[in-house]
Amino acid sequence: MIEATGLTKHYGRTVAVDNLSFTVGEGRVTGFLGPNGAGKSTTMRMILGLDSPTSGDVRIDGQHYRDLHQPLRTVGALLDAKWVHPNRSARAHLRWLAAATKLPRSRIDQVLDLVGLGAVANKNAGGFSLGMSQRLGIAAALLGDPRVLLFDEPVNGLDPEGILWIRKFMHQLADEGRTVFVSSHLLSEMAQTAQDLVVIGRGKLIYQGTVDEFIANATESTVLVRSPTLEKLGEHLLAAGAGISDDGDALRVSGMDSAAIGELAATRQIVLHELSPQVGSLEQAFIHLTGDTVEYRTEEPALGTTEEGPTA
Amino acid sequence: MTTLLATERIKLFTTRSPWWSAFLALGLTIGFAGLVALNHNGGPLRVEHSQFGIQFGLMVVTVMAALAITTEYRFATIRATFQAVPNRTSALLAKTTVVAVLAAVIGEVAAFGSWATVKVIDGGGPELAITTGADWRMVAGAGLVFGIAAVIAVAVGTLVRQSAGAISILLIWPLLVENLVQLIPGAGDDIHNWMPFTVAGRFLNGPGPDAPLSAWGSLFYFAAVAAVLLLAAITAVNKRDA
Repeated sequence: MIEATGLTKHYGRTVAVDNLSFTVGEGRVTGFLGPNGAGKSTTMRMILGLDSPTSGDVRIDGQHYRDLHQPLRTVGALLDAKWVHPNRSARAHLRWLAAATKLPRSRIDQVLDLVGLGAVANKNAGGFSLGMSQRLGIAAALLGDPRVLLFDEPVNGLDPEGILWIRKFMHQLADEGRTVFVSSHLLSEMAQTAQDLVVIGRGKLIYQGTVDEFIANATESTVLVRSPTLEKLGEHLLAAGAGISDDGDALRVSGMDSAAIGELAATRQIVLHELSPQVGSLEQAFIHLTGDTVEYRTEEPALGTTEEGPTA
Repeated sequence: MTTLLATERIKLFTTRSPWWSAFLALGLTIGFAGLVALNHNGGPLRVEHSQFGIQFGLMVVTVMAALAITTEYRFATIRATFQAVPNRTSALLAKTTVVAVLAAVIGEVAAFGSWATVKVIDGGGPELAITTGADWRMVAGAGLVFGIAAVIAVAVGTLVRQSAGAISILLIWPLLVENLVQLIPGAGDDIHNWMPFTVAGRFLNGPGPDAPLSAWGSLFYFAAVAAVLLLAAITAVNKRDA
């Protein structure tokens, strides 16, 4: 279990993480979600004791990372797949990590086979593709058979096969009862990988809870209606307490479900040409919640991407 | 600590740079000694003639020692190191020890290799025999100077965190700065007398009549400078974000 309480990190005048408190539970994959620059990597570095918090603290199973004895046995992490010496072989990289943790050499071959790098173990890590580097990073994270695993953007730059592999892998790790904390700025990825979510924007906590709840709470479900007598329908809907907005030749109705709208139309004898519920996507939920907390944003949304992003 | 020493030993020897550095340091020093022996005329060869190339070996070894830590920052393996060993003081001390021991071994091999090379080429008169305390210091002392210089290099590399910056400092300091301070009017010579590499040279080559410290006092002073720098490096490493 990871517990952060009032975690804060300043870099000069920039506040990277702002009074962040959350818990990450065991046996589940918890997604750590936020736009680029929200403070996800900084938070992960503080969990690992690499960066010191300006105030607040973060504990792993009740202990600070720096107080852990042979920490690789407790916490495995992949923060950046390129954190290896390019002229050191994959096996040598794991060999010194194993030596620092007093792990037997046989464990090195075990994790290499586990991530499928057995055949290239003696090749220099500098020649690895991003996918292979990620696998080496995961091998290093698993070396000490840790209860807690941290992954920072593990699917970045991976091909679909690699993404699928990592996704399955994390579920397997969580099913074994481990704490899995994985960051991403990709919502669709989180929707398929994580059960719980910690969402941050500009270093502040926005949401903590399950993925399903997040979507349900954050998205406003609307109903699209089309009718030859749209104006009349609109008046009745307003009178019934629903919110309406024009959407081309249709109305977007909020605060009333499609059944109620259909019944209302029937009692008023209004012909409907379309009555379609619009389910909110994770993207919409995310933008809805983090809309004013994005660190780097464009002045206006790029053309063609505003209305329909890829749905989760 | 033995665990950490083993860790740092694996780290050092699983890259090629220490092997190349050792090869280069020995080639330069011993090769230079050979050239001196072949081109020498006028009087018998003495022990100090065999040690002319030691300076070059020392430079290569300081570069090797600095790279041992700066490449960790360059490739961010320092973060993996602190993840595995959160006690940063121990991690840095282990690395310094391993690098210093390797540097000392290179220094001994270079010094005795140079001396043996000259002896083989020249045939070796009584002047070339290592007999006095000063002779032993000059040859066997090289390992001590190399080891302490490696500590300075690791400390500077840790403080600077950049290969180019650290190497520049470590080469320009002994070659230029320590000599150029003599140009400062009035105090120049006094400052020069206390420059660490100048003092280390007096340990190897004898203090001379005007030196403020004895031979062993000079070595102790050189070691003290290294200790202060290492302490500064340890303080910085504990304070900084990795």
